[in-house]
Amino acid sequence: MSDNGISHENLPSSEQESAHGEVERAHDPFVDPGMPAHRPRIQDIDERAAKRSERTVAGLFTLSMLATIGFIACFVAFPVDKIVYVWPFGHVSALNFSLGLTLGVALFAVGAGAVHWARTLMSDVEIIQERHPIEATPEVAAQAKRDFLQGAAESGFGRRKLIRNTMFGALALVPLSGVVLLRDLGPLPEDKLRKTFWKKGLMLINQNTNEPLRPEDVTVGSLTFAQPEGLDEHNENFNNEIAKAALMIVRIQPADIKDKRELEWSHEGIVAYSKICTHVGCPISLYEQQTHHVLCPCHQSTFDLSDGARVIFGPAGHALPQLRIGVNGEGYLEALGDFDEPVGPSFWERG
Amino acid sequence: MSTASDEKSRQAPAGERVADWADGRLGIYGAAKGMVRKVFPDHWSFMLGEIALWSFVVIILTGVYLTLFFHPSMNEVVYDGSYVPMQGVRMTEAYASTLDISFDVRGGLLIRQIHHWAALIFVAAMLVHMMRVFFTGAFRKPREINWVFGFLLFVLALFTGLTGYSLPDDLLSGTGVRFAQGAILSTPIVGTYISMFLFGGEFPGHDIVARFYSIHILLLPGIMLGLVVAHLILVFYHKHTQFAGPGKTNNNVIGAPFMPIYMAKAGGFFFLIFGVIAIISAIATINPVWAIGPYRPDQVSTGAQPDWYLGFSEGLIRVMPGWEINVWGHTFVLGVFIPLMIFPMVLVVLAVYPFIESWVTGDKREHHILDRPRNAPTRTGIGVAWLTWYFVMLVGGGNDIWATHFHLSINTITWFVRIAFFVAPVVAFVVTKRICLGLQRRDAEKVLHGRESGIIKRLPHGEFIEVHEPLDQSALHTLTAHEQYKPAEIGPTVDENGVERKASPTEKLRVKLSKGYYGEGNQIPKPTAEEYNEITSGHGHH
Repeated sequence: MSDNGISHENLPSSEQESAHGEVERAHDPFVDPGMPAHRPRIQDIDERAAKRSERTVAGLFTLSMLATIGFIACFVAFPVDKIVYVWPFGHVSALNFSLGLTLGVALFAVGAGAVHWARTLMSDVEIIQERHPIEATPEVAAQAKRDFLQGAAESGFGRRKLIRNTMFGALALVPLSGVVLLRDLGPLPEDKLRKTFWKKGLMLINQNTNEPLRPEDVTVGSLTFAQPEGLDEHNENFNNEIAKAALMIVRIQPADIKDKRELEWSHEGIVAYSKICTHVGCPISLYEQQTHHVLCPCHQSTFDLSDGARVIFGPAGHALPQLRIGVNGEGYLEALGDFDEPVGPSFWERG
Repeated sequence: MSTASDEKSRQAPAGERVADWADGRLGIYGAAKGMVRKVFPDHWSFMLGEIALWSFVVIILTGVYLTLFFHPSMNEVVYDGSYVPMQGVRMTEAYASTLDISFDVRGGLLIRQIHHWAALIFVAAMLVHMMRVFFTGAFRKPREINWVFGFLLFVLALFTGLTGYSLPDDLLSGTGVRFAQGAILSTPIVGTYISMFLFGGEFPGHDIVARFYSIHILLLPGIMLGLVVAHLILVFYHKHTQFAGPGKTNNNVIGAPFMPIYMAKAGGFFFLIFGVIAIISAIATINPVWAIGPYRPDQVSTGAQPDWYLGFSEGLIRVMPGWEINVWGHTFVLGVFIPLMIFPMVLVVLAVYPFIESWVTGDKREHHILDRPRNAPTRTGIGVAWLTWYFVMLVGGGNDIWATHFHLSINTITWFVRIAFFVAPVVAFVVTKRICLGLQRRDAEKVLHGRESGIIKRLPHGEFIEVHEPLDQSALHTLTAHEQYKPAEIGPTVDENGVERKASPTEKLRVKLSKGYYGEGNQIPKPTAEEYNEITSGHGHH
């Protein structure tokens, strides 16, 4: 009988059952011959071999001592910035290389010595130990259960339901304080993921030159990264802002732009798209001039910048948001507003 | 004035007197009784778990050292350390202190590299150890809980690794954190809240390094240390499993005693592991954080990869089609959320396997004799299928690396992985099972007809035969010691009172699975004594 309603007949018979009785043994060709006799090693019979092993072990331990001394010597001798050429590893830090090797040898030799000692000189006579079932004997199990029931009965836990229920209530509520305390781990999302630094009239600043961009700076085939005017590396929240505001700018022959709105939002074929991938937020940085495809190097989402930056391959779920741009009175490229949809990875409230 | 017992204890050696003192307070002699000469069986594969254990110790030792120099802060500083290319660059203190550890602290680079290499080796050793336990059936009763402990260690190690390699705040690690944040955002309803709470606001904020730091050095390793201790206590308590062999039964354990053999071997093994990792760290650079600069959310490098053990989750996210559904003003980001959910499932299917198998076999007995993988073809097939699945995803995670190194199209690789995700495990299962059955047949052949000796004999009538040598008794026993289950059957559908009962769907499923495991064609019946006697008493015809 078992819990699954199958009988033990389907289980293979256990070993004791199949190997009982001497008569049966004689007929069983596969009988367990018992533990083989111990075969002595060369060290067990030849004292010279044992001595050799002893010397090897002692030699390894001595080598370890020397390596530790070498480690200290290297630590003192090599300046931290010294670079040396070591074949075949190339140019390496002398300190890192020498410390690692000496430390490695010092440790390895201790281990090798100990293992060699165990293998050649310590007794290798195998020992048999009996196993005992993990589960308790029926008497012990019964006693444990009795003890538990007695303890439970003496507590009155089952009888005084009011105590029990209020205790469960109290214990269930107490952790709530801990949960409440975690509230200030961070602010609520609100519309933080919907807004970026961009707003109407902000000039597009070339990230390489830190100068405002003019349309004539953007040539066909080039990829320019830009950030909003007024966003400075030294700002406290620069990283949070640039994580949303980063822009890539390319110029495409207006005739090659397939998406009507894209053309409208561009300035004479200069289009500005969010640089942040809509998959999980890596900055997109690979641009193929001929096809106007951009590729995110993290997960290979590919977008067609000449067709509304729609996804043409990879795991991204939607097109890159486009920033509507124009030219201000002084002839610089400027934003005509913020992105009209959240940039970066999708989220539940995005809609 | 002194008493007689004082006289006596003065004569005992100092070590013994200390031990006596400790015994009076801790009872160490009682505890040592079964421990000092505890027997452990020997097999090379039992060493894999030790690699994991000792690399864990190496990680803790080197990790403590690193905390002395690392500043888990995202305050921005202008670097003025000795690494010239970064001088004057704005970066977080976390990154600057990592550069200091690498370039200004003597031996700091070595310890950092040992820490990282040991982490990679730790997870690899755990995976291989887990596979050893899986393929030999060592997870069976009474060791299921220890299997779960080991599994939890593996999962916690993945997250300790993730929080660890995110700390330097270099361009690569920040990209990894961004990926994690983007994945969190995909969670329906609560995604944005979890993200805001985890990062203390918008990404990247100013808190994540400090938070990951306490998770990485305190929370997770603390839990892991407890689990490692529990894991080892259970290994001692259950006594180690052993392979079948002469003298070895389910009720004994044969091997060498803990003291002195395993004290020297296992203790020495710590030094071997540490030594090898130190040498690797001397000659092979790992995670050169100085190469690509500090993290900025608008910058990225190509070929960004997580540490190998998270490569499979990277693969999931890379090959998943970008499904996104907008309904009622909300977005289901399935293209990210589905991989995020498959990621734990990949691991959980492995964790629950022992319980599924024990349900199918209905076997409630203790098992201390290990299976040879070939003798459990279905289990072995499942294990290889899982590994195949895992490595297919790993290929997906490195699809850009495969593309650039082997000059392949990234689209082709991605499509290959998409299809292989479903097909490869099935193929691996079928092939593995066939191989196991073939090996079982070969074992039966060997038992019945002996070992091929390579000696060709010419018979008087001109026929050539190969002489087969009979196996010795130990080999005969070893090759036939495994148990073979009979497939379960649906019990009587009419009980003793003539009342009909319907077999429940779960019972039907169990019977079906059991047939798949042990039914005809799913295992080769091992040679019986009768078969053997018939053949050996005959005239050597084969």
